[in-house]
Amino acid sequence: MTLKKFALGLTTASALTLASVSSAQGLLNSSYDIARELFASYNQLFSEHWPEQDLEIQQSHGGSSAQAQAILQGLRADVVTFNQVTDINILASRGNLLPEDWQTRLPNNSSPYFSTMAFLVRKDNPKNIQNWDDLVREEVSLVFPNPKTSGNGRYTYLAARGFAQQQFSDEQEQQQFLSTFLSRVEVFDNGGRGATNTFIDRGIGDVLITFESEVRNILDELNSDDYQIVVPQVSFLAEFPVAWLDRNVQRNNSAELAKAYLEHLYSQPAQELLAGFNYRVHHPEVVAANAERFPELQLLTIEDIAGSWDYATNNIFNNGGELDRLLSRR
Amino acid sequence: MLSFRHRGILPGFGLSLGISLLFVSLVLLLPISGLVIQLSDMSWSQFWWVITDPRVVASYRVTLVSALIASLINGLLGLLLAWVLVRYDFYGRRLLDGLVDLPFALPTAVAGIALSALWASNGWYGPVLDQLGIKVAYTPLGIIVAMAFTSLPFVVRSVQPVLEDLPAEDEEAAASLGASDLHIFATVILPAIWPAWLTGMALSFTRSLGEFGAIIFIAGNMPFVSEITSLMIFIRLQEFDYAAASAIAAVVLLASLLLLLAINLWQNRYLKRLQGRS
Repeated sequence: MTLKKFALGLTTASALTLASVSSAQGLLNSSYDIARELFASYNQLFSEHWPEQDLEIQQSHGGSSAQAQAILQGLRADVVTFNQVTDINILASRGNLLPEDWQTRLPNNSSPYFSTMAFLVRKDNPKNIQNWDDLVREEVSLVFPNPKTSGNGRYTYLAARGFAQQQFSDEQEQQQFLSTFLSRVEVFDNGGRGATNTFIDRGIGDVLITFESEVRNILDELNSDDYQIVVPQVSFLAEFPVAWLDRNVQRNNSAELAKAYLEHLYSQPAQELLAGFNYRVHHPEVVAANAERFPELQLLTIEDIAGSWDYATNNIFNNGGELDRLLSRR
Repeated sequence: MLSFRHRGILPGFGLSLGISLLFVSLVLLLPISGLVIQLSDMSWSQFWWVITDPRVVASYRVTLVSALIASLINGLLGLLLAWVLVRYDFYGRRLLDGLVDLPFALPTAVAGIALSALWASNGWYGPVLDQLGIKVAYTPLGIIVAMAFTSLPFVVRSVQPVLEDLPAEDEEAAASLGASDLHIFATVILPAIWPAWLTGMALSFTRSLGEFGAIIFIAGNMPFVSEITSLMIFIRLQEFDYAAASAIAAVVLLASLLLLLAINLWQNRYLKRLQGRS
């Protein structure tokens, strides 16, 4: 057992060094891949708010599950800002780094901002894509990241599953819909950015399914009318959960700072910043100010679609689960 | 008594061997033992179940067939390239010689993105191939292209020094005795370069078995069609199933080790026979 820890420790040694270098007023935020710019801006905002001067916030970004793995193997991050609830759950269940009920500690299920799954289609929407049932038509080809390797892909699958459950009462028909939906996929990239790249730069597929925030970011960035956004009426509530890791903040003596860092995400200036990055937020005034950009939708929760994240992980996405069964039927 | 001590005249044996062994242990053996320790969490039946999962088996097939084709392509083109670099003197030869190592120097992810950009339907090669009805990017053919790219230097660099050592006089002698070009190649050149050539192809093959970064950007990654074994390992890691990831990794590792060992043994015997005859 000690040897195992040693071997694992070796691989994370560099990361550990990084964490231990930080001074007493330091914080390591372990975050998902595409949040680099977002948290660089937020850190600026927070250090203006925080009374002490020599504040040093370090960021680490990568696939959310890979980040969770690094923490399980010893990376002493103080806070996590992930795009998947399950990646924090595993830190609680397997790593004992925080209590199992961590989602109740901050408002809105510990999710200061959220998004949903939306479609990016090509100019003038030539295939007339409006809703999820347009995606299973024979002439339509889809691009979204692999649900086996990406939270983004899992949310897409869950959104389609939620739609199928509303559309068909018969379970057989629901599964048939999902099977056809999966068979329309042209390329499975490992992550969201890869899928975006495939759709935009390689010209593959009629529809890219990804976070609404990502779709709007693409449109902002490209500034061209070659693409347009379609937000389906029914979609999935994609939460971006945050938590402080009790065991690590205790060791790093950073509990107060870590909590303040996350709580400040709910403040009005922070929520305005988040809305600027095309995420949906909770603060009533910020919501009202951005109502035009974020149309009202029916957002299904994980409880609506699969009962719980545990069920979704163990019965839908895990090895041999529903997703694997449907993929092998194609 | 059988002594482990080396009794040659070259000094520094103990120190140099010690440092080498330490380095090999730290860099090579320790990570592999980590893999074995991960495996100890599972029973034999679990291990068997994980490595014979139909989707994983499909990925073995895709990976093996692609690696085989890629290393054969590299075998032919690599030999040609080594031949050109050794036997002809032309302007830019040094540059070409340097370029051969580029696939090793380039980060594989960059290679993957560049290759998919070239071979996609809106890239440079893609539109031409589309007219012939051939799709490379996002099909199993893309996997072969990526594997061939990342492992090309192995064949060239294995064959090149042997060709350089082969005196041109041997070929001239054969020619003066009336042998045809093909005959000279088959009976004079081939026997000399054969072991190095095969080693190059084997290295190219084993490298292709483990390649990940370059391939996933061009493969399309469709289950049962274009999923490689490295991706299956990555997927198991994403599921936090370290034991299963290690099990599949162990299969790849074992296959590579056996192949390299077999090639080494065969090469030793072949060289002995070759020297014994001369």
